[in-house]
Amino acid sequence: MQEVISTNKLAAFRANFASTTLTFPDDKVSAAFEFLNTSDFPTTKHENWKYTRLARIANLRFDQPDESKIDSSLRICAESLQFVFHNGNLIQQPENLPSGLTVKSIQDCSAEELAIVSTELNTFEAMNLAYASNGLFIHVAAKTNLEQAIEIVHYTTGNEFVALRNVIKTDALSKAEIVMNYMSVDESNSLLNVVTDIEVGAGTLLTLHKIQAEAGTNFHISKVNSKQDKDSNFSLHTTTLNGNFVRNDVNVAVNGQNCETNLYGAYILNGTQHVDNHTVIDHKVAQCLSNELYKGVIDDKATAVFNGKVFVRKDAQKINAFQSNANVLMSDDATVNSKPELEIYADDVKCSHGSTTGQLDEEAVFYLRARGISEKSARNLVVSAFVNDALEKTENEEVLTYIYSLVKERFGWEF
Amino acid sequence: MIKIKNLHANIEGKEILKGLNLEVNAGEVHAIMGPNGAGKSTLASILAGREEYEVTEGSVDFDGKDLLELSTEDRAREGLFLAFQYPVEIPGVSNVNFLRTALNEIREYKGEEPISAKDFMAKVREKSAIVELDSKLASRSVNEGFSGGEKKRNEIFQMAMLEPKLAILDETDSGLDIDALRIVASGVNKLKTPENATIVITHYQRLLDYIVPDYVHVLYNGRIVKTGTKELALELEEKGYDWIKEEVDAN
Repeated sequence: MQEVISTNKLAAFRANFASTTLTFPDDKVSAAFEFLNTSDFPTTKHENWKYTRLARIANLRFDQPDESKIDSSLRICAESLQFVFHNGNLIQQPENLPSGLTVKSIQDCSAEELAIVSTELNTFEAMNLAYASNGLFIHVAAKTNLEQAIEIVHYTTGNEFVALRNVIKTDALSKAEIVMNYMSVDESNSLLNVVTDIEVGAGTLLTLHKIQAEAGTNFHISKVNSKQDKDSNFSLHTTTLNGNFVRNDVNVAVNGQNCETNLYGAYILNGTQHVDNHTVIDHKVAQCLSNELYKGVIDDKATAVFNGKVFVRKDAQKINAFQSNANVLMSDDATVNSKPELEIYADDVKCSHGSTTGQLDEEAVFYLRARGISEKSARNLVVSAFVNDALEKTENEEVLTYIYSLVKERFGWEF
Repeated sequence: MIKIKNLHANIEGKEILKGLNLEVNAGEVHAIMGPNGAGKSTLASILAGREEYEVTEGSVDFDGKDLLELSTEDRAREGLFLAFQYPVEIPGVSNVNFLRTALNEIREYKGEEPISAKDFMAKVREKSAIVELDSKLASRSVNEGFSGGEKKRNEIFQMAMLEPKLAILDETDSGLDIDALRIVASGVNKLKTPENATIVITHYQRLLDYIVPDYVHVLYNGRIVKTGTKELALELEEKGYDWIKEEVDAN
């Protein structure tokens, strides 16, 4: 017997959404609908949503994307292969691609190409399967060393719900760098739901930058599912500089030996913003290294959540896993909920995790002021140095310069 | 240069300074000595503008300006420098960058143009040599991972860069071995001119062998109770502070 949910917010929320026409495997889509039809938005009783209330989103109503287009001249990396989306519509792409690289709209993919999409059934991933309208399929052939970064810019306008699905596959011994840059055209309440499924092939090096700099009114929920084959190196840099409500889930399954996994994040919040980073690194086999560093600065009445899980499975010996989350609260009303978690079932491993949350170091501010630096500059120097620790893990100079310019524009901090 | 009159100050309701008077003129070096808890570091903190202290009475005139009305940064811009007893480590903020910011904010305050990158680097080279500070330390994060001696040398390096009118050295000798002490003291001496002045706060006479004071003051129980020349410091070294305490308490 099916449970009857009398006041189902999720049903009302998605009432006007058009079902996906993408060629996801049928059974996966029907499972997603089945899940959505029999559930509601998770509450704070749900472990993954303990510190993040969804009422902000659940009570809103979103439109479906239209065919609107904008002109974009923004480019982070001078030589990049740029793909521009507006409300889920692919409006600009390079004329030629280097050999070994395939990039196309996910609308043009075959069912086989989309067979790898993950089917974890939770509200937003299920919604993504059920309503995804577009996204990119990126395939890097074996032994392809991409010189140019792939740059994906997404603009949102209006109060729209846009679900995007990306699939990234890098075959053995290839190298690629992908920049995902999320921007807004106006101050509206759009909701972007992005799921990216990644297969990092053996011996490949994949770096992904995610820059979230939408308007302070926008909602962004994203999930990255990454699977690493042996001898691979996967780095994800997540920089959140704006948005009303942002939730980033990352799930990395390290399936092969001798892998390196790097998760770096920086978030700078003010007003009543809410930013939640949930990460999982699952070390299933031996001889791997993972580094995780997330740093946040939270001002005004903003709230941040960090939940980082590292699993080291039985027999996954010789794992080095380091995780750290550090936060600075700039006001009395700012909040952080930080929860680092290690679950270790092997016995010959080196793992550490740590979480710190504190005020800005007033002694440091005084020291700088005593040298003639204004209080405002002194605070900016100390706080920007704090967050830069995570930002400067970005090795791409152009991406870093761009992030610095956004931070300077929005917060006045110099690096 | 600086005239401190009848200065009274509290911290958390406890009176630390109880009517302190001190006048320092350009070209002079004054040493302030005294037993623990006499108020030596409190005086340095109040002059630098620490907000935890409440001044309840008295005045401080700094070259014609009411020092107590100025913010910490404006005191520095007017030419007051405090060498910290415990220099602060600031991860991620480079020593050189922060000094360039400081120097330029001071110049802006005085209505001067910012220093050029070339002149600035030449100045860093010249001034770091004064305290034999490795140029690598100059570009590292402020005091991060510095040894005790390096931190104190870095204080004097900053003093050399900022060229203050009045420098207050708060227990700069504490924790230094004799070689580091010699380097720090020689740096201070090289920076001495007829236009600037130095207040040396110390617990030990040893430093005054290297930085020779014109006046030695004894601070006890929140007041300057005795003033003399460098011989007074030697006497204190030999006899301790008990005789001073007895003298004061008898009155």
